[in-house]
Amino acid sequence: MSIKFSEDHEWVELKGDDLVVIGITDFAQEQLGDLVYVELPEVGDECSRGENISVIESVKAASDLVAPVSGTIIEVNSRLEDEPELATEDSMGEGWFIKVKLSNTSELDDLMDESAYNSFIEE
Amino acid sequence: MSIDKKIRTTSLYQMHLDAGAKMVPFAGYEMPVSYPLGIKKEHIHTREKAGLFDVSHMGQIRLVGKNAKRALESLVPVDIIDLPLMKLRYALFTNKDGGVMDDLMVTNLGDEDLFLVVNAACKEADFEHLQNSIGVECKVEFLEDVALLALQGPKAHEVLAEITPCTSEMTFMTAKQLVINGINCFITRSGYTGEDGFEISLPAKDAEDLAKLLLSNEEVEWVGLGARDSLRLEAGLSLYGHELDNDHSPVESSLNWALSKVRRTGGERQGGYLGDDIIMSHLNEGSESKVVGLQPEGRMPVRDGALIEDDLGNEVGKVTSGGFGPSLEKPIAIARVETHYLENQSKLFALVRGKKIAVEVVRLPFVKQNYYRG
Repeated sequence: MSIKFSEDHEWVELKGDDLVVIGITDFAQEQLGDLVYVELPEVGDECSRGENISVIESVKAASDLVAPVSGTIIEVNSRLEDEPELATEDSMGEGWFIKVKLSNTSELDDLMDESAYNSFIEE
Repeated sequence: MSIDKKIRTTSLYQMHLDAGAKMVPFAGYEMPVSYPLGIKKEHIHTREKAGLFDVSHMGQIRLVGKNAKRALESLVPVDIIDLPLMKLRYALFTNKDGGVMDDLMVTNLGDEDLFLVVNAACKEADFEHLQNSIGVECKVEFLEDVALLALQGPKAHEVLAEITPCTSEMTFMTAKQLVINGINCFITRSGYTGEDGFEISLPAKDAEDLAKLLLSNEEVEWVGLGARDSLRLEAGLSLYGHELDNDHSPVESSLNWALSKVRRTGGERQGGYLGDDIIMSHLNEGSESKVVGLQPEGRMPVRDGALIEDDLGNEVGKVTSGGFGPSLEKPIAIARVETHYLENQSKLFALVRGKKIAVEVVRLPFVKQNYYRG
């Protein structure tokens, strides 16, 4: 299983040994509503799990993207700056947020698999 | 009037749930913030076609009595005595310090009979204020079991005319009493979106029938409170608790236009309302702060509460309403700023999460108002 999920409604896809792509889940984008602005972190920034690393703004409110894992941000999806709606329309694909080189791969074990996440959001 | 502290619902609650609305608590009511269409599309739909809003949480009050007009004038800095029959006027309840207790719409139903629509969050306080302060000259009646629907947008008049043709000749800020499909409706050509449209007051038990009738027209979609807020913000309209509050005079909230000439210094019936000295001195000598439109640079929304600084880092104001304007595809904001810095045309910045966002002072509204004036 290469995709895992956080309680903060992010998906984390493992690409190789210690590289992950992170985005928000469909459930998250539905809750947020239409996105109008995404503030991304800088490439090279360190992030630690639980830290706010990005701000997602809908018409109504601003929400934080919470780092689901720790590591170094090696790429950001700068298309989101001009087309935040990508995260709504294709949240698991073109609407990805950041790529992170993990500093502690064991953190992945604390994330949920798809079926656990699906039961989590049904609660 | 019984004041029930538990969360209330409007008579259209089940209909909102059936329509898939996201419900949120607002002013003591469980209200639809958005429907499956989403805030942005609901907003655009209202600007292009017709949006239907349940605003039954707002307060509806009648003042009945021989001197109702004169009595109401003692509480608002607005000309009520000369308000023609079946016409509406925007008014403000002031307090003794010249601040604003609430804003409201007043309709003259028959010289001895006035109809008021007040904000949901203020309605109990307004009712109490009216009962305590208006004197014995008229009876204050809080209308229970009534609903209020707003139909807003460029297609609103066509939609309503199909059901009741005589609404098409109504102009902005006029009212009519009509029977639609056996339902007693009180209709005004008004609203709070910047678009042409109508507000319809009717018995709560009939609201679902009328809402269904209106929604049966394919131009009409339910629109929630989320889009109602972005629509009024684009239209540059003040919202109580944001641009208006007990601590600022109407002049400090840039509502000079709402202060009737006859109630100002030198007018035929100058003063004679709570806080008149302060309000008239602000009008005559200017006020320390004003409410202005702000256009933030870039795409990042600048929201309520963001502080405004000048280029030297002096705090000069605060954003009262801010967000994203879906029709403009860019962020917009309204802020209260010290007049001195506006006169000096200081370069201004809004502080968002520690960043300084350049903002330009612009004229309100952000989007042209499309009222039907005949």
